[in-house]
Amino acid sequence: MKRAFSAVLILLALLAPAHAQTEPTPAPDAAQPQPQPEAAPQPEAAPAAPAAPQPEAPPPAPQLEQGPPQYNESIQIGLSTDRITITTDFSGTDLTIFGALNDVDPQLARQNRYDVIVVLEGPARPVVVRRKDRVVGMWINTQSETFLNVPISYSVSTTRPFQDMAQPATYKRLSLGADYMYLQPRNRDDEPATIEEFTAALRERKQVTGLYSELTGGVQFLSPNLFRATLELAPNVPIGTHRARAFLFKNGQFIRETSAQLAIQKSGVEQSIFKAAHEYSLFYGIFAVALAIITGWLGRIIFSRD
Amino acid sequence: MNIYLPIAEMSVNGLVVLIMGAAVGFLSGLFGVGGGFLITPLLIFYNIPPAIAVATGANQVIASSMSGALAHFRRRTLDFKLGFVLLGGGIFGSSIGIVVFAWLRALGQLDLFISLLYVVFLGSVGGLMLVESVNTLRKSRSGAVSLKKAGQHHWIHKLPLKMRFRTSKLFVSVIPVIALGAGIGFLAAIMGVGGGFIMVPALIYLLKVPTNVVVGTSLFQIIFTAAFTTIVHAATNQTVDVVLAFLLMIGGVAGAQYGAKAGQKLRGEQLRLLLALMVVAVALRLAFDLFVQPADLYSLGPLGEF
Repeated sequence: MKRAFSAVLILLALLAPAHAQTEPTPAPDAAQPQPQPEAAPQPEAAPAAPAAPQPEAPPPAPQLEQGPPQYNESIQIGLSTDRITITTDFSGTDLTIFGALNDVDPQLARQNRYDVIVVLEGPARPVVVRRKDRVVGMWINTQSETFLNVPISYSVSTTRPFQDMAQPATYKRLSLGADYMYLQPRNRDDEPATIEEFTAALRERKQVTGLYSELTGGVQFLSPNLFRATLELAPNVPIGTHRARAFLFKNGQFIRETSAQLAIQKSGVEQSIFKAAHEYSLFYGIFAVALAIITGWLGRIIFSRD
Repeated sequence: MNIYLPIAEMSVNGLVVLIMGAAVGFLSGLFGVGGGFLITPLLIFYNIPPAIAVATGANQVIASSMSGALAHFRRRTLDFKLGFVLLGGGIFGSSIGIVVFAWLRALGQLDLFISLLYVVFLGSVGGLMLVESVNTLRKSRSGAVSLKKAGQHHWIHKLPLKMRFRTSKLFVSVIPVIALGAGIGFLAAIMGVGGGFIMVPALIYLLKVPTNVVVGTSLFQIIFTAAFTTIVHAATNQTVDVVLAFLLMIGGVAGAQYGAKAGQKLRGEQLRLLLALMVVAVALRLAFDLFVQPADLYSLGPLGEF
């Protein structure tokens, strides 16, 4: 019953010195705290572009003295391992990801104006959603809708509830969150109402089976720069290449995204069985039969008392 | 005791599966049937995908039939010749069944078809046996009556290509024997059953094979039909989960020995009545699912590949 594994993803140690440099900057701001929060959202709302060139100019000294400092926040996550192995007694687990923010506005950080959403997205597959209807008294699959590239699993961890962090339109634009993710139907000509109905059903089924999970408050700031995200992995988490993505929000505006890859694979025996079943399927079948015959024969010898 | 199933790609409680196998094994030993008609629905109730439940059920049926057939071989209540003729038909029927299985799976109607077959066959076979055994029990109370009525000539006995089966004391056309084998092979492939619950009554009531030879012969031919089904399912659908099957086999083989012992304490009519009640109960349970509105109208499936 023990946890099969607990992969810990740690931040890159390199980041720490970088903060040390940004840390001193707040001192002058603290003197004039009032204009700061108001000024900040404005530049972020529209122009990510003007902010971008800023880091390229390394001498920020003159900038500082001119007025409200420009922060060029960035987010990083580091994985201590790039693969997780599922063993025979796997029954789901929690995954911890550590990450860091660079160049944050300490004023805003103190007011919890930064939000982080961490997602672990499973490999994408086409999915058929079927609906049962009553036909001659029986409940039978009738209508169906096929969706392309649906992530098999989708675990989300956030600092705060979704509705408190940003506008739904923002999530939709980013295709972020189980409720806002874009699910592409194969036949786009189908009735919009039908597509909507099946999209909702798809999300609902995925959530019921635990493959899509959401942990509000799962991301916690350990310091203004450092956070820890806990993600829930279901017992039926799919095998394959997963993508860990972290999204940084400031005052409800999306700032930056980063991602890292994580392979989830079966352990030695399970992997060999799965591989054998798919690559040497005929021999696998013969082996299964032989196993059954031997088990039946041995069972007879062991248990028979006549 | 959580166990990860490499093919079903999910974890299950190993103890539950062992107990499930043992309970079904006990009943199969008691009644001389493979128990596939119980194990497959049980696995489906336990959320194993139906395609995997069917193929894995066929695999575990081999083990329980093997252990049962060995017992009958020792008691010389096994008609090899009849078994081989049934088998010839069985392989043919099973091949067709597997093609139909893959086709229904791609269509999204596999679950429906499996349930329908179960309801129709279990319902009718169980119902007939129930009526017959109650009648026999009632008559045996008033006076002894043999099942095999002398001088009664069925239309089956007028068919050409007659063959003599010495152990069964039978002289009958091979056409109905092969047809019976084919029909049961077809069902075996689609339902994941050995077909014992149809084979036993069919041999008794249609071909008038003596009851003591029926069980051993049926188990003997089921070994081969189920083995063929398992190999073909493994090769074409990759749906045999050998870990799940092995757990079921261990429980099943152990349970079967105790079941067989318990069976010796009961009379033939009583056994048939109990079997009939159980078969009808499974049929009603499946019919209930088919006719009562399900809790979830929507289901997800992989994109069908033929």
